[in-house]
This record gives sequence, C-alpha cells and structure tokens, in this order.
Amino acid sequence: MTAKRLKDYGKVNQDKILSFTWENKKYFGYKGDSLAASLLANNINIIGRSFKYHRPRGIMSAGVEESGALVTIGKNEYTDPNVRATSQELYEGLIASGQNAFPNVNFDLGYINNYLSRFFAAGFYYKTFMGLPPFEWGKGTKIWMIYEKLIRKAAGMGKASKMPDPDKYEHANEFCDVLIIGSGPSGIAAAVEAANNNLDVILVEQDHVIGGNLLSNSNFDFEEKKYFLQKAGIKVMTRTTAFGLYDNCVAGMIERVNDHFFLPKNNTPRQRFWTIRSKHIILSTGSLERHIAFNNNDIPGVMTVNAARHYLNRYGVLAGEKIIICTNNDSVFETSILLSKAGAKVKVFDIREKIDENTIKKLNTNNVEIEFNKAPLNIQGNKKVESIDIGIKVGNKYKKVNEEECDLVLISGGWSPVIHLLSHRGIKPKWDKENLCFLPSQSSEPITVAGSAAGIWNNDDCEASGIASGLKAANEIGIKTSDYFFPKQGGWKNPIFPLFEIKSNRSRSKSFIDFQHDVTSDDIRLAHREGFVSVEHLKRYTTLGMANDQGKMGNIIGLSIMADLLQKEISEVGTTVFRPPYTPISIGALAGRNVNKHFRPLRVTPLHDWNLENGAKMIETGLYQRPWYYPKNNEKLADAYIREASSVRKTVGLCDVTSLGKISIQGPDSTIFLNKVYSNAFAKLPINKARYGIMLRDDGLVMDDGTSWRLSENEYFMTTSTAHAAKVMLWLEELLQTRWQNLKVHVTSVSEEWAAVSIAGPKSRDTLSLCVEDPNLISNDNLPFMGLTQTKLNNGIPCRIARISFSGELAFEIYTPSDFAYNMMNILWESAKKFDGCLYGLEALGALRIEKGHVTGAELDGRVTIEDVELGKMASDKKSYIGSAMQKRGVLADKDRETLVGIFPRNKSQTFDAGTIICKKNEIKGYGIGRITSVTYSPGLGHWIGLGFIKGGYTEWKNTIVVGADPVRNKEIDLEIVSPHMFDPKGERLHG
Amino acid sequence: MIRIKCPYCGERDHSEFTYGSDASIEYPNLESNAKDWTEAIFFRKNIYGKQIETWHHTNGCRLWLIIERCTITHKIFSIKPAHPEIHKLLKNQNNI
Repeated sequence: MTAKRLKDYGKVNQDKILSFTWENKKYFGYKGDSLAASLLANNINIIGRSFKYHRPRGIMSAGVEESGALVTIGKNEYTDPNVRATSQELYEGLIASGQNAFPNVNFDLGYINNYLSRFFAAGFYYKTFMGLPPFEWGKGTKIWMIYEKLIRKAAGMGKASKMPDPDKYEHANEFCDVLIIGSGPSGIAAAVEAANNNLDVILVEQDHVIGGNLLSNSNFDFEEKKYFLQKAGIKVMTRTTAFGLYDNCVAGMIERVNDHFFLPKNNTPRQRFWTIRSKHIILSTGSLERHIAFNNNDIPGVMTVNAARHYLNRYGVLAGEKIIICTNNDSVFETSILLSKAGAKVKVFDIREKIDENTIKKLNTNNVEIEFNKAPLNIQGNKKVESIDIGIKVGNKYKKVNEEECDLVLISGGWSPVIHLLSHRGIKPKWDKENLCFLPSQSSEPITVAGSAAGIWNNDDCEASGIASGLKAANEIGIKTSDYFFPKQGGWKNPIFPLFEIKSNRSRSKSFIDFQHDVTSDDIRLAHREGFVSVEHLKRYTTLGMANDQGKMGNIIGLSIMADLLQKEISEVGTTVFRPPYTPISIGALAGRNVNKHFRPLRVTPLHDWNLENGAKMIETGLYQRPWYYPKNNEKLADAYIREASSVRKTVGLCDVTSLGKISIQGPDSTIFLNKVYSNAFAKLPINKARYGIMLRDDGLVMDDGTSWRLSENEYFMTTSTAHAAKVMLWLEELLQTRWQNLKVHVTSVSEEWAAVSIAGPKSRDTLSLCVEDPNLISNDNLPFMGLTQTKLNNGIPCRIARISFSGELAFEIYTPSDFAYNMMNILWESAKKFDGCLYGLEALGALRIEKGHVTGAELDGRVTIEDVELGKMASDKKSYIGSAMQKRGVLADKDRETLVGIFPRNKSQTFDAGTIICKKNEIKGYGIGRITSVTYSPGLGHWIGLGFIKGGYTEWKNTIVVGADPVRNKEIDLEIVSPHMFDPKGERLHG
Repeated sequence: MIRIKCPYCGERDHSEFTYGSDASIEYPNLESNAKDWTEAIFFRKNIYGKQIETWHHTNGCRLWLIIERCTITHKIFSIKPAHPEIHKLLKNQNNI
C-alpha cells in the first residue's frame, strides 16, 4: 500500500501538525486525524498481529467496526489495550503500539502459528483442554500443564496494565423528549424536525465530529452544521457512544471527555457515564459495509470501499495508487470515481452479470474500468497486498482468469444496518432477501429507526426518513404535526447479488470471516461437521462474533455459510442476539466515583470523632464504623478486649451503641400495633417501662430483636439491631400501609436523630449519678430494671435513660439528641474515670454477651425459630401475632432441631473458631449435628467459650463430649456442651 | 430501567424503589391457622404477563404502592398508594 496525503482533500487541519509515537518511533499527523488516518498517511501497513495465527493485520475500515487495526494506547498505568485505531483521535504526544506480537508487529515469532493453523481450528481449546482427539495424548501429564499455559499466553490481544487505573470517571444524568442516536443524514434531519416541533432534543455521535457518512462527502462542513443544530436548540453530544438501550427509553452512554488528550484537562474526568431518560428514541445508527470471505482476505491493504472514501474526503489520504474494487452492489461506484479523480488507477470487478448503461458510461468517462461476472479469489503478498487473483464464475465454481497487480483492495459485500441497539430491547431483526441484510422489526416501544439503519440506502431518502421520524416522535409525544411518510427501503439502481464467500479450490484456505478471532470459513464448516449448527452454538464453538467488535463485520458471512451448509435460508438460521455494550466501554466508567472509599456509603455515629480522639480502633459493621477496641499502650486486640470486658465486670464501661436502629411509633393504636408485631406481650406495658421484644416473620422464623420503650400513652421508642434497622422500618411501613390500614399509627425512623451510649458495670449507677440533674431519678426504686426516665444531664442536655442490660451487669442505655452526643460522652467519661472505668468496643461487647448467652445477628441468621434460641418462653400464647400461626408448623416443631447452647473446650487451654461444625465423637461427616456461631475468651470464666446450635440442645448433650471439626483450618477439638447462660446464670449481677 | 411515576414524588428510576411482592395476595388474619398462612406466603404464582404488585418508595416518600405491571415488557398500567386514605388524599390534591 502506498498511501499519500493530498493537499486539497479532507477536513483535517493540515496546518496543525501533531507528533505521535508508534512502536517507539516518532511520526506526524494532522489535527482532526484518527490514529488510523495518520498511520495510513505514514505508510504503516502492519498495525497488529492476529489472535491465533499471528498474521499481520492492517487497517480494514474507518470506524468502530474495525477488526484489524487494534492498538494499545499509552503506557504504564495509562495503558489502554485493544483500542480501534480508526476511532482514536490523534493528539499531540499520543503513544501507540501494536499488539499480540513479539518482538514487534513487523517481525513476530508467533507467526509460526500460521503454519500450525491445522491445529488451531475451531474448538481447539475445548479439544486440547479436555483431551479430545486429536489431542488425547499426554492428558494429565506435566507437559500438558505447561503446554496449556503456553497456549493461553500465545493467543490474545492487547495486555491491560496491572496497575490501578489512575483516571477518574463520573456518572451524569440527563432528560429529554427525543434522543437521537447517530448524526448522519437521517439523524440530523430528525433532530431538526423534532426541535422545530418544540421538542427537547439530544443528538449523540460516537465520533468527535458530527456527520456520520456525510463526512465522506467533499462538500460537508461539520462545524457549520453543528453550529446550526445548536442554534436550533439541540444538545449535540459528540465523542459519546450510546452503548445500550433499556426499559422506558433509557439509554446508557459513555462520553469520552479526555481520551483525545495526553492527560485529562482541568480536573475533568477521563470518561463520563450518562444515563439518559427520554420519551422517544430515534435510531439513526447507520449501517456497516461488509467484507467478502476469500483466501487471504486479511492481508494488510484490504479494506472496505467506503473506508477508502472516508480516508480520502475526510482525512485527505489516498490509501493506494493501484486500486482494485470487488463488489456485489451499487454503493461502490461513486467512490471509485472519487478515487480515480484523486489520482488512483481504479478497476472494479463486479460479480453481477450487468448493470445499467448510465453507470458504466459514467465510470468509463472517469477512467474507471469495470468487468462483470468476476470475483476475488486470492490475494498474493505476505505483509502487504501485491496482487489479486480474479476469477470468473463458471457454474457454481470460479476459474482464475487474471492476476491484477495492485496495492489496495477494496471490498464491498453489501451493507448491514446497525440494529444492535434495537436488539438490546429484545427485538429480533428480519432477514431481507432483496437487500441482503437484517432489517429492524417494529418495536412496541417508542423507538423509531431511520436512515440506512432501516435499510434505506440513498442520501435523500435517508433525510426523508429522518424528517418522518422526527414528526412521528412529536406525534407520539402528543404534539400535533403534519402527516409523515417513510421512504421505501433499498434504493440502488441495480439489485445486489448474494456473494458472501468465494470458496477456494485449495484444501487449506485462509478466508477470514471474523478477523479479530481468526475465525475462517473452514471453521464454520468444521462446526457444522461436529454438530454445532444452531447460531448460538456456532458462535460459542467457533468464537465467531465474540471479539470486541462483536461480529460487526463478519457475522452475516458466517451465518450465510451455515445456512448454505444446512440448505436453509438465512432467515431460518437467524442471528445471535446483540447485547450491550455496542462498543467496548471501560469498567472504570461503569464504576464512576464509586471506588475506594466511595465504593459504598460510610456511616459514622455522632460520636465518631470522640471515639477516634480517645484512641478507638474502628471496625465496619454493615455500613457503620463502630469502635472495635480502645488499645492502651499499644495493646493488641486480644489484650484490649479482655481488659475492657474485665473492667465492665469489675467497675464500669462506656460503649457507643448509636448504630442501633431507632424508630418512633406514635398514634392511638400504637399499643395494638406493637402487640401484633412482637411475639411477646406488649398490651400492658406501663408508661416509663421498656421491654425486650422479638419479632417474627410471616413464616414464623425470627426477624429481629430489640427493646421498645413506652414514653407515653400513645408513643413508643423502638430500638432494633444495627444490621436489621432498615429492614424492620420497611416491614413496619408495609404492615401499616398494606395490611393493617385501619390502625392509627405513624412510624418514623429516628436512627440518625439520637446518639446512644451504654453504661455497664457495678459502678454504672454511681457514674451516671454524677452526670444527671437529679440522681434520685435513677435510684433503684425510681428506675428499676427495664425502667426508663426522660430527664436532663447536669449541663442541661435532654436525655432518655433506660435500665437495660446486654452485658448482664447493672447497666443503662442513655440517649441524647445527636447534636449533644459529644458533650454527653465527655461528661460520662469524666465521671467513669473517677470509678476506674473504661471505654469498651464491639469486641468486648461481644465477649460480655456471649458469656450471658445473649443472641445477635450471628445467631439470628434468618434460619432460627424463637424456640431454637431458647426464648420460646417469652412468646405469648394468649394472643396472635405475626408468625404465631407458622412458628410451630411441621419442621419448625421438630424435636430434633438445632437449639442454642453454650460451648466449652474440654481442655480449657484450647481455643476454637466460629464456623466450626459440631460432630459426634468419631463421626465427623456431612453437616454434623450442630455449629458454632460465636466465640470469645471469657474473662469471667478464664477460658474460651462459644455459642452455637446443636440438635436436641443442652439437655440432650450435657454430659457427652462432642467434637468441633474445622476442616478448613484443619482443626479438631473436644467440646463440652453447657447451658447458654454461662456467666452469672441466675442473673444476680443485673440488679447491682 | 423501569421508570415509576410515584403519586407523591413524580416519575423516578426504579432503583429508588424496593419490590415488595404480589399484591393480589390476601393475608389471612393473625388468628388463622398454619394452612391458610402457608397458602398465602409459600404458594405463589409466577405470573407471565400483567401482575399486581407492591413496591416501596424506599429512597423517596416511603409510600407503599400498588402497581400493575407486565412482567414481560415492564410496561406499567396503573400506580396507586397501597393505603386507601393516602390514595384519597393524593387524588384530591392532584386531581388524578
């Protein structure tokens, strides 16, 4: 290929020279170039090496369908592999290199695969890795393992950087009346028409300039047109790909904000992920020119006819001097004349018997030779096209008649409308025999297809269909417009002739269908022989259409060959479903800002800063950051929590328990409501009393537990576990709004409004007495166990205090409005220090509750009944409540169910882990007979203890040694089953 | 993406909502036996086509809604608040 830049051609700015690096060498191009255009103008033929056979590949198109010129852009952490050089804008300092080659694309050792291609046919991976013939030798041997790794390494495309992505991405949202995808002739016409009807219009274009195929016309001015559209009030988004369509006219789009700069400018993101919500979508997505399969049709110097026209009229690059055009349709004639006028010697071989005289005359006057009945058979040349063998059709075969010397071969095998986006909506396309392409079917959604995407080939008709689409959209949105008419499909003077493949007479040919995955027409035949005849099987067996072009260029050739083999029509064979994305998108763009610390929301309590200032190490529980432990003098976790738990038992400890869910329940029917929701009795809870309650689900299993405080006749304050706060709130709302609609109750989440601290230990009342306005209020008489009071701290902070204990000690929970949290904690801590108290975190909280056999989320995991956790006695049998009918159904009433027990190691010096399976002695198998859910070192007992479940419960196993099996950590330990109330079983400490 | 026209908040993405369940189910009284409850909570139809269902506007007004939706096309036919009193109130306010 001997390409050259022409001064008077193209729309690039030939005064603005940009330098770039290709394979470590510096080259120059112009502003407005694609990387492919610059490479072409610099006469660089080999851009990459193919996937399996490492064959040299060059530029094959001028757009997103490119499957030859895939390159890697940037280096180190900025590496972006598999970029289509045809749609990469050139910028100053761009660094690009070829792919899948060693040492380089011009001389690649992997080319040896080309000679071994017999072994790399379709199904090669399945056969080798499964040891199927002819690869059954050596299966399972060491050589096999090494060989597998080598093959995996040899195949492939570009390599991604293993470093973290340094770029930033963001998400954005937009609304409009009409979203128009594609800014070719029909898209522009539709946009203008819709805007003229006062609709809010967004026009998106994947290229950096608008125009689509208009860009291949010499007289089209894209800047002027864009200005005109914007003046008409249309939002024009270039460098933006609508990659997927979703329900309700929602489109997902990627805007490449900074991919045409060396580094992002002005703190803007590299790419922006748009979610567009519209009322009507017009798909003016155009169509793609197809190849034809024949031997060596992948040699650098073969491209589509329309690509050469784009390079000429858009980029000012004449791609060859001696050009051969092979076609089966009319779309090539204008281009051949343009190329001839630009100075190339052009000869057309048309497979059809004849065409109209006018066209022939026009071609002849422009020095374009044309011969009929002829098709390409084979390309000669290794790293570039040197000549082409032309054959004449004799019956069903081709006979070689001439060999034409040339440096560029242009192919047109017909046009395929871009119907991908419609396919995303589940609309199956229809095969059109007249135009030899899949055409969009009607959608029941407000989506209209316009222009060549609808199979309309000539420019004027495309514009007319755009206008009709604009009017249709307006009409459907509810604006009265004039009548509209869609032009007929097709539009060529001479009918297209089906030519998908020229079958070679050689035994081993290389006629490629899917260039990116090196799928040849022989592979389709192999798949057929081996029974993979459905299009979906064919796709997966041969990988046809599975590369990053998703079969944009070759799929239909593959389908036609399969149809031929099955002696069916293409319409019967069908096509595979296209799924988003239309072109590859970066995962970074999907993630947007939701990475690292922003991966998920962070919830902190109003005491967060206080906790950090006082040395807390934090732990994530759900979204919440909670204090884990407060190390003293570089203590490790194990030492710290044991010290903290001991202090609570000895003196007093303070713990931030703000993360508990809090719900305000108000209204005259609040009592009735709670009595239905909780399994235990709430009907007679006096004012200023709190009660522990357990909620079940409809199916009788435990949902959550917590306390509810009766603040007044008609108001309760409910607390839930941290983990289930949102779920319980949703549940209460569901009950009130959908089931018990006559109850006069209002629920409000007040989790964020209140800060909470637990004060536990024998000195807790003394500590609190120093902090409240009237210490009398919290005396044992005035505030007995489960009593509550609403009062003030001695600096005037309003608070609610309840005598509730999770640790088994004399304890209080104190709540203040969140804004006062910091102050409250200061007062409490000053006081606690006077009694030699401590701050304790989640780990010590866990130790204390496990000693007492109190359950949390680890035990209430959605699989247990209230009986399983030994709380059945609390459930009322005098009333009906949610879950009451179901809690004793069938399996839930089984005597043999796993129930809650305490667990000691037989040898008290041993430790064990949560997740351990409990088995009978000498019967370690299956699920065992139970499981361990929580473990801790018990400062109260002086050894490790645990909570868990075992079939039959404590009474069944109290004098039997069982085994804790932990096959994952390879541990086995003898265990003793005890009552879950391991520490202070009578609960005397609770009362101080 | 399904777009849901919340009677209180207006049209929003379905990601703001939580799907509840089949709204045609009538839950038995709490006093009913396990058989009735089993019928209501376990034996459910996998409807192909138009279904009446509940949705919760979790990241919005927190109304529970009754929505008629086609499970195949996601087309929504009607939306109203599950609570009849709220429905009446909004109807009067919005004249819907």
